[in-house]
Amino acid sequence: MRLVVRELACRRGARELFRDLGFTVEAGRALVVTGPNGAGKSSLLRLLAGLASPVSGSIRLEGAPEPDSFGEQVHYLGHLDAHKLALSAADNLRFWRDLLGRPPSRSALQGSPPGVEAAMEEVGLGGLGALPVAVLSAGQKRRLALARLLVAERPLWILDEPTTALDSRAQALFAALARAHIAKGGLLVAATHAPLDLAPSESLDLGAHAARTARDPWGADAAFAGEASS
Amino acid sequence: MTRAFLALVRRDLALALRAGGGAGLGVVFFLAVVTVTPFAIGPDLNLLARIGPAILWIGALLASLIGLDRLFAADAEDGSLDLMFMSELPVELAAAAKGIAHWLATGLPLVVAAPVLSLLLNLEPAAIGALCLTLLVGTPAVTFLGLVGAAFAAAFRRGGLLVAVLVMPLTIPVLIFGVAATGAAIGGTVPFGAPFRILAGLSLGALVLGPVAAAAALRVTRE
Repeated sequence: MRLVVRELACRRGARELFRDLGFTVEAGRALVVTGPNGAGKSSLLRLLAGLASPVSGSIRLEGAPEPDSFGEQVHYLGHLDAHKLALSAADNLRFWRDLLGRPPSRSALQGSPPGVEAAMEEVGLGGLGALPVAVLSAGQKRRLALARLLVAERPLWILDEPTTALDSRAQALFAALARAHIAKGGLLVAATHAPLDLAPSESLDLGAHAARTARDPWGADAAFAGEASS
Repeated sequence: MTRAFLALVRRDLALALRAGGGAGLGVVFFLAVVTVTPFAIGPDLNLLARIGPAILWIGALLASLIGLDRLFAADAEDGSLDLMFMSELPVELAAAAKGIAHWLATGLPLVVAAPVLSLLLNLEPAAIGALCLTLLVGTPAVTFLGLVGAAFAAAFRRGGLLVAVLVMPLTIPVLIFGVAATGAAIGGTVPFGAPFRILAGLSLGALVLGPVAAAAALRVTRE
């Protein structure tokens, strides 16, 4: 399975964020997207998650078991945690497992996803399942959002600033979860300002890409292919 | 897919029934409309009995619209709506699931409260029975037509009044045939069945078209 992006262009209002963006993410690898504020990292990730339509270009997941249903192969973790504050942490997680998960027989990766309690244990929220999300701290809410990635098995993780509000231990925990996902043959695309400690990974600097395409407005065929950093 | 559908119904119902969820608000509003009417009309029992079904239907119609503006807006604000687009559950069915949960929390209590409130308006037993039946069949139509307005309200901040303005004209046929069927039950030129069947038809149409239109609105207004 691999994620193939070709000649992608994105526009927000009148401003062009990037164009002629192309890269490939192979199964078992991560792509770390960096760039200054406003470079279009979040917009790129929303395009990749299928939550917005590109001005031009294509995004394909090659070798997916059900190629028609792109969105069902993708986990998207944006700036918003998508928790209901009035419900308990376990209820929130159980809801997302039921809505986003699928029977193990149709799972693309090996192994079955952990249960709700096990997933909360894994992100360090063991014993807090009965509490309403409203009383959790920002970091704990983020951990709960990470647990959502575990309870429903999906091959492609698209994460926007995944370590926001996480303490150093939780950041290490996130890196371990992400590496485990990659080791299972998953794909991962993350936008970040902080180093994520993922391997094997490539990096994509949107700021540098924008500068390059701006200097060379006619170089449309020189698709950017990603730079190996490790 | 059934699991996802039921999970969404369960979650929305749990949220509505929590404190501050707004499930009881519709009934309180309904109660307020119906109790102040006799004071405004005066102690004319025959007049009350005659216009009672219309008052109750107007109250139920307006009460059904309460809370619709937050139906999708709350999910849009906390990021849940994005993830619902990525489920194997089609957006149409997700909208239907939310509609069912909203009706169970807001519409059904109105139907249950209606017989008690009918007594305040001096309705006779036959009229009370007909009214409850028409409300049971008609309020789902109002909720599911309201899904369309709710979907647009998610795209605009402060869409509260917008929902009422968008949805109210669509619900006029439901109101007309709901009141007509109740009126027919307590005497009139047409039998109860004729307007009631049209009401049931309107309701079935809304149950199918409402979620489809709401899903289309959600897709169009998605950023």
